[in-house]
Amino acid sequence: MNKNINIKSLIIDKPLKLDCGQTIDNFPLAYETYGSLNKEKDNAILVFHALTGDQFLSGINPITKKEGWWSHAVGSNKAIDTEKYFVICANVISGCLGSFGPSNTNTDTNKIYGTTFPIITINDMVNAQHNLLDYFKIEKLFAVMGGSMGGMQVLQFVSNFPDKARIAIPIACTSSHSAQNIAFNELGRQSIMADNNWLNGDYANQNKNPDKGLSVARMAAHITYLSKNGLQEKFGRKLQERGDLKFSFDADFQIESYLRYQGSVFVDRFDANSYLYITRAMDYFDLSKKYNGNLSKAFEKTKTKFLVISFTSDWLYPTSENKEIVIALNAIGADVAFVEIESDKGHDSFLLDVPEFLNTLKNYINNSYSKISR
Amino acid sequence: MKQEFKIISDFIEKNTRVLDVGCGDGTLIEFLQNNKEIDIRGIEISKENSQKCVSKGLTVIEGDAEKDLSQFPDKSFDFVILSQTLQAFLNPEIVIQELLRVGKKAIVTVPNFGFWKVRLHLLMKGTMPITKNLPDEWYNTPNLHMCTIKDFYKFCYERDIKLDKALALRDEKISTINKSNLNIKNLSAELGIFLIEK
Repeated sequence: MNKNINIKSLIIDKPLKLDCGQTIDNFPLAYETYGSLNKEKDNAILVFHALTGDQFLSGINPITKKEGWWSHAVGSNKAIDTEKYFVICANVISGCLGSFGPSNTNTDTNKIYGTTFPIITINDMVNAQHNLLDYFKIEKLFAVMGGSMGGMQVLQFVSNFPDKARIAIPIACTSSHSAQNIAFNELGRQSIMADNNWLNGDYANQNKNPDKGLSVARMAAHITYLSKNGLQEKFGRKLQERGDLKFSFDADFQIESYLRYQGSVFVDRFDANSYLYITRAMDYFDLSKKYNGNLSKAFEKTKTKFLVISFTSDWLYPTSENKEIVIALNAIGADVAFVEIESDKGHDSFLLDVPEFLNTLKNYINNSYSKISR
Repeated sequence: MKQEFKIISDFIEKNTRVLDVGCGDGTLIEFLQNNKEIDIRGIEISKENSQKCVSKGLTVIEGDAEKDLSQFPDKSFDFVILSQTLQAFLNPEIVIQELLRVGKKAIVTVPNFGFWKVRLHLLMKGTMPITKNLPDEWYNTPNLHMCTIKDFYKFCYERDIKLDKALALRDEKISTINKSNLNIKNLSAELGIFLIEK
């Protein structure tokens, strides 16, 4: 899976103290860039990816040979215009597309880490990616943005580095994982661990792969990314290439076939242990914990201009949770805008071609940039 | 209503924090940003309008002023503007209270239902008045609580709300409203503009 071809990667020698207590150094951070950094170095945008995303935002992903996960949003003349901006995206640490993760080999033991890899948090991911600013010699990013877990990283980044981004756009996210969010992630993890090939996380050293478990985890998660109406409209009770029910446990319904397909293609591109680690990082995310539940305190020093975006049919990170971020920012007089976009595509809306979303994003970014560079 | 914007702009001091409640498509926010050095935000209930504002790069929150003003701390703005929106709220009294809690001062403009053309329309035609400022039919108007300049004047008086400034606007002509000319202005003005504080 991880052939490391066409993957740009930075070796971070500065030691990084993780929340779990361990310190890592000399670890790889894989990244990709689009567009070019201008002379003033004021046009850089750092995009954070979601749970199963990667650094390949746009164009053809060299590993999967499919379109990058934000291809319709990032590119020439698109919402995030690569003619104007220098867009950076890095694979999160604990991921499986070139950055330091559980599928890497532990040089001390010469074995693949598996579950001996340290637990990573959103804070750790963001601190690791902050090294990109030094690498590209960027004093201040124009923007940080991302949806879902990417949005959580946006919030964490601004909290950790209050003067390092002019604008921040957290999309369809939350400041703290809810019991329901944790529950769905636990379902995914348990299905991976229930696979006999998981081997307590040691599968890679034994040339096995918990495909079934990972695919069921993906199927369950995929349902949470869609809305009931969206699913009903797309699939309803339509049957899969058959005139009537087969009175069996085959995939009679199109929705079953669709989910099975989603599960099966996922295992080709994603590492099961990475899935465990990243979902854990999301579950541990609670930005206000350090401040005794007062989320505003997490942003106290910020001068960043925020735009929070939610979607009407997103029940995984609903508007109410996005609004909590807005409320916390308003409580300290921070500069925050907020819109809820009408869409029946559920949580996945941020990844899809939703014109109102993309237009708002595009115009907000461009107008904010022209005000800053004026 | 260019004149209305100018008056609002004159009321607002430099280097202040301003909130435009019911900011529509952001026209007033842009006007004020271009004319004054202020830190201005808006809140707007319509999705379409909030998206227009955000698309312009303005700091606008999609929300319902009747509920969402509560998230702003006491006196967190120097000026809170409510431009021709008071009549559209379910509970204008609570909104005014909130404006005066959130803002040190509030600028409220009210389309005057006491304007003679409005009165004449109802008197002569016997149907709900339709004028330049009140263009909608009774069945599709967003206006739930129309009031006159005199009504608003009385409203403030009864609640010990201080009227720092009270101006009447008619055909872009500005005049001051006071106790002695209240009845005349209530007949002759299309719009009342008030700078109030508690």
